[in-house]
Amino acid sequence: MKKSPLYLSILSVFLIAAPFILTARYTQHVLIVVLLYVALGSAWNILGGFAGQLSLGHAAFFGIGAYTAAIIASKTAFSPWWALIAGPAAVLPVALLVGWICFRLRGPYFTLATIAVGEVVRLIALNWTTLTGGAVGVVIRPSLLSGTSKLPYYYVVLVIAVVTVTLCHLMSRRKLGYYLMAIREDEETAESIGIDTTSYKLRALALSAALTAMAGAFYANYFLFVDTTTVLPLALSVEIVLIAIIGGLGTVAGPVLGAVLLKLSSEIFRNEFAQANLLIYGALLVLVILFMPDGLMGGFRRLFGVGARKSQRVSA
Amino acid sequence: MEIDLADKTLLTLENVTARYGDVQVLWGVTFAVREGEIATLVGANGAGKTTTLKTISGVVRATDGQIVFDGGHIDHLPPHQIAARGIAHVPEGRRLFPLMSVRENLEIGAISSEARRLRTGSFARVFALFPKLKERESQMAGTLSGGEQQMVAIARGLMARPRLLILDEPSLGLAPIVVREMFEIIQTINREGITILLVEQNVQQSLKLANRAYVLENGRIVLEGAGSDLLDDQRVREAYLGA
Repeated sequence: MKKSPLYLSILSVFLIAAPFILTARYTQHVLIVVLLYVALGSAWNILGGFAGQLSLGHAAFFGIGAYTAAIIASKTAFSPWWALIAGPAAVLPVALLVGWICFRLRGPYFTLATIAVGEVVRLIALNWTTLTGGAVGVVIRPSLLSGTSKLPYYYVVLVIAVVTVTLCHLMSRRKLGYYLMAIREDEETAESIGIDTTSYKLRALALSAALTAMAGAFYANYFLFVDTTTVLPLALSVEIVLIAIIGGLGTVAGPVLGAVLLKLSSEIFRNEFAQANLLIYGALLVLVILFMPDGLMGGFRRLFGVGARKSQRVSA
Repeated sequence: MEIDLADKTLLTLENVTARYGDVQVLWGVTFAVREGEIATLVGANGAGKTTTLKTISGVVRATDGQIVFDGGHIDHLPPHQIAARGIAHVPEGRRLFPLMSVRENLEIGAISSEARRLRTGSFARVFALFPKLKERESQMAGTLSGGEQQMVAIARGLMARPRLLILDEPSLGLAPIVVREMFEIIQTINREGITILLVEQNVQQSLKLANRAYVLENGRIVLEGAGSDLLDDQRVREAYLGA
């Protein structure tokens, strides 16, 4: 890992310069989508990967962030960009309520409960028409960063993705990260050695949900249209989980790789193979699961020994 | 049973009951552990030994009865607050965090702010007690031998700077020579001033070691006395020592 600062500086230069090299609007759009999913996968990974609480309800948090932007745009005079702050703030009480209820359940039961949470939020959004526009959705008038250039959007989502990944990195080396991993590996023991497991799971959920809502708020400002089928479907929750699992659960770089692989390939396949794109997307998933059951990060570690901890090699 | 009032009682269980769903496991367990001693709880498989320990550390809720530690009721506290009061539970089967290094497992044991402050000293102490762990410091806990894992589990408990160390089957699955070593270490820890509550399948060894022993049968204490007395007790010999 000693070389990582060099990799990091090359990567940062590339990320900052990318939209000037890749000037096609479509390519820039793909970069924006990839970065959005880097943020989503990494945010989910805090709760699902590090703390081991597999949530299939993250679309709810994403949707709340997106709807915050939509509501600010349609009901107030403020810029919907404020949702980057208001979205996470709005999602916190929801996340704490969800945690209070769902953390009574463990393993698959917790996962099932989070699916229910996602559906409940979706149905509320669908039926609370005065606030959300119901099935019609909300069209957001472009503001502030209007214009035709994609550059401002690219840099906003880049900052969101970098902040999210950096938080994951910092967390993984601090007390919070270790406590979450202890909870993941053996919750009862974590509890009996004195970790307040409920409190730490709630913190992980709050952080994860807030970052997801921030990404949702960006989504609304970028796509300028929000309805329940775009920001609250179960399929979105599943896609977020897939990114983290394919990349490598509980690793900082995993969701980054997962987002790049899945979103990039799905965009390419959609253009090149039209109807067959989902078939190829599915085949790709099967291949990764068959040959890299620990995700891309696990696979790379086994192939090249990069990023492996000393002790892991001893066991191999 | 002679009661010496000069001895300070550290832990008392009074009529503690516990159940897993519809199955009642403890039917009114009553016993006491005094400051500075080694107490042991012996009994057959399924007698409720592990459940008793889990109700003390709060992982299993007592459905009735009282648990008092150092003068305060702990039967309604969540596990992390019980740990914060000075009880460290070393669970059966080690239960380490296998993907963390030995050092990380130990660091995570120093959980209270007090224990974190004293961490450097605690490391020196457990490495003096278990020199092998110093060599294995950066190795992942899951790759250690059974004996070494048990050492890590006990050391992790000690990192919390407990007043009472609860050991559940520390000799389980260990080679005889390692078992002997383990019992010596338990005595050393006790001499350093830590009260110990030991549950063991190795009845002979633990009775020899213990100042006070309790026999648990079907969720009740049926016999109690000094460890050496129980070792000579006909009923104990027949039931657990095969003689």
